[in-house]
Amino acid sequence: MTKPGGELTWKDLEIGAVMTEPGNASQYQTGDWRTQRPVHEHSRCIKCGLCAIFCPEGCIEPNEEGFFEANLFYCKGCGICARECWTKAITMVEEE
Amino acid sequence: MEKYAVFVPKLIAKRESFAPGHRACVGCGEALAVRQACKALGRDAIIVNATGCMEVIATPIPYTSWRLPWIHTLFENAAATASGVEAGLKAMVRKGKRPAKEIRVVAMAGDGGTSDIGLQALSGALERGHDFLYICFDNEAYMNTGIQRSSATPYGASTTTAPAGKLSIGQVTWKKNMPAIAAAHDIPYVATACPSYPFDLMAKVEKGVSTPGPAYIHILSVCPTGWRCAPDLTVRIGRLAVETGIFPLYEIENGKYKLTIDVPQLRPVRDYLKLQGRFRHLSEEKVLEIQNRVNVDYARLKEKVACSQKLNS
Repeated sequence: MTKPGGELTWKDLEIGAVMTEPGNASQYQTGDWRTQRPVHEHSRCIKCGLCAIFCPEGCIEPNEEGFFEANLFYCKGCGICARECWTKAITMVEEE
Repeated sequence: MEKYAVFVPKLIAKRESFAPGHRACVGCGEALAVRQACKALGRDAIIVNATGCMEVIATPIPYTSWRLPWIHTLFENAAATASGVEAGLKAMVRKGKRPAKEIRVVAMAGDGGTSDIGLQALSGALERGHDFLYICFDNEAYMNTGIQRSSATPYGASTTTAPAGKLSIGQVTWKKNMPAIAAAHDIPYVATACPSYPFDLMAKVEKGVSTPGPAYIHILSVCPTGWRCAPDLTVRIGRLAVETGIFPLYEIENGKYKLTIDVPQLRPVRDYLKLQGRFRHLSEEKVLEIQNRVNVDYARLKEKVACSQKLNS
């Protein structure tokens, strides 16, 4: 587990600033950047997965039933999924 | 055109080599392009990344988004470092220090790192014939440092160092044709791609890394911050760039041109320009000038494709 930026000192860094834990950015929450969130309407979803392939975060994954849903821990709320969804199963709503 | 789109989940690799939690702007087209390219690269790849947006957003210390071996180099020597990595891997096999398993070497850079600063290193690496793939993520300016113009900035675009005003229309030179420069080295594979056509992009990256010898792929990545457009339009604007003929998708395999997305009837360039704030100031005459230039360039490309087909038959 990588220490967050505030607690990190130079003593924690490897020589040459080598990062030893691949993909540890996934511990970092980008979801709090969001101003609007995607809402999925499962009755219209045809499970095509276009939203997953057009997501710049790579945070949309199928749930147990096969419906695609965004992981709100990472979702920055860009709205590409809602724009590209063929069946308009995704709508963007304002974040409170 | 994209007739496989409905079967997405079955066709694409599940593995994400580019982890979420990176700090790209909302709706970043470059992060999207990198994600899609990584799906095509597989596990056995080494990434050489020049300075630019991709380096800054993916690896703010102590975090890294990469699940592949990754090395950061300077703006000017991504291709030189990739040459070294490739030569080193070859030498290790020769000395028996690693099994003769194919490891793909991929250099990634932005448009500044490719067409401005890194051009001589790239030219040298292409000419020496190293077995690697060079991917240029073209967002048409130095977005990372604050939207300064580069040689890949299109005509008429307003940037912070080429601002539009009473006496200027912004960028006054035309976009440098980087794929043509790469193709002039007579390398086995050159292609252009756009993340709005994901299967086309993945097929090209796959073809590029599996081609023996150097390969070059130029990827248009929409930048909502620098292009002054809505973040949810990223994919749509990329598609419009292809449909209007501003950024045609083609590949050059051993000198043979082929249009991979062949648009029967080009849309007017205005459809593409009007969605972006950086072209907001353009007058009708300037739009017409861009339209004429696009028509000529597209006709020229069509001619090369027709010529290649004639030579084939």
